Amino acid sequence: MSNVRNLINITDFTVEEINKLIEIADDIVAHHEKYDEICKHKKLATLFFEPSTRTRLSFEAAMLELGGSVLGFSSANSSSAAKGESVSDTIMTVCNYVDIIAMRHPKEGAPIVASKRNTVPIINAGDGGHFHPTQTLTDLLTIKRKKGRLDNMTVGLCGDLKFGRTVHSLIEAMLRYPNIKFVLISPEELQVPEYVKEKMNEVGVEWRETESLEDAMPELDILYMTRIQRERFFNEEDYVRLKDSYILNLEKLETAKKDLTIMHPLPRVNEISVEVDDDPRACYFFQALCGKHIRMALILFLLGIVK
Amino acid sequence: MNIDGVRNGIVLDHIRAGKSMEIYEMLGLDKLSNTVAMIQNASSEKYGKKDIIKIDEVVDLDYDVLGYVDSNITVNIVKDSKLEKKIHMALPEKLVNVVKCKNPRCITSVEQEIVHEFRLVDKERKIYRCCYCDAEHRIK
Repeated sequence: MSNVRNLINITDFTVEEINKLIEIADDIVAHHEKYDEICKHKKLATLFFEPSTRTRLSFEAAMLELGGSVLGFSSANSSSAAKGESVSDTIMTVCNYVDIIAMRHPKEGAPIVASKRNTVPIINAGDGGHFHPTQTLTDLLTIKRKKGRLDNMTVGLCGDLKFGRTVHSLIEAMLRYPNIKFVLISPEELQVPEYVKEKMNEVGVEWRETESLEDAMPELDILYMTRIQRERFFNEEDYVRLKDSYILNLEKLETAKKDLTIMHPLPRVNEISVEVDDDPRACYFFQALCGKHIRMALILFLLGIVK
Repeated sequence: MNIDGVRNGIVLDHIRAGKSMEIYEMLGLDKLSNTVAMIQNASSEKYGKKDIIKIDEVVDLDYDVLGYVDSNITVNIVKDSKLEKKIHMALPEKLVNVVKCKNPRCITSVEQEIVHEFRLVDKERKIYRCCYCDAEHRIK
């Protein structure tokens, strides 16, 4: 294992370090001019073995706004992975060219393999249905900016909680803050995996599962919607049966708190009706903006430019 | 049935009856050039029946494999026909290249050179998790 600092799982960072990232992100917004050229001559590689819009573009936008440069690929087909090159070999090669790497891979644990041979920091930009720590940082920054705190709240997570990696990472992260309660809203087939339940039980946090979004709605401070992801299913029939399980609309929001924060990692398909977009409680596009700010902060932190 | 005692070697005792062949294969004992005796269904006061493996030389054994397959096994190191050391097995904290991850979404399912690693997460229920994808592996 190399000694370089990476972000593979959200728990690689302490609560203090996450707070520091949030602080840097807020400072970037407040004093943008300070950061315009702070990464001049630094290069970020975005190695995306699986397609992505938001994550890749937000990483690239983040580095460009810091004055750095970006190179990389956006699908496995346009890299040597298509020729059968291993993750380790790709990483050892790319480490010669850049200062920091953001990688997404469809196979779970690929960034852990990468982190055994790297000489520059690696950021896990999503590995299959496993972890997505920069989305979690994005979510934490969004919650902090909207609620002013990261503790004392009821968080509802709705949709695909089995394959939804953003959900697993967010639960792990929020377990570390006091007085958080989770309400897990999903069909039986898409409940959170056992290992996530084990972690919640280990910490002793309050949580419950329900199949009804309507029942859960009145008690929620945060509603985190997720997409039923076609690419995580081996069987098209299962996907078709479950994809419309939960659709959030204004009618369902009637019983919600006035200061509810509605989040979604995006892209959405139809799980949030477009009519909800104009509701002041809808925060998912603001969340996408937070994603750029926190990735800027993360790049600065891992490069050791801001400590 | 008589099988000679070991003068200098190893006796794997208290193997759960029927498990000795699995251990023989997992430890790669077929590759040894010394005498190896496998005794199945020997009578045992403690377990009723047990298997025993005797190896006619002190060789390096992977204790993680032994602890994983059967944590009740005792390893007796014999020197000059005397018991020099008795080692009790336990469930290893980490399994390295002992079992393979069965999750088709795990990176280990597509890259053959990766070391398969599992960490023990629940001793009571004998549950391991893949160090790459967190997939569960239970010992039956």
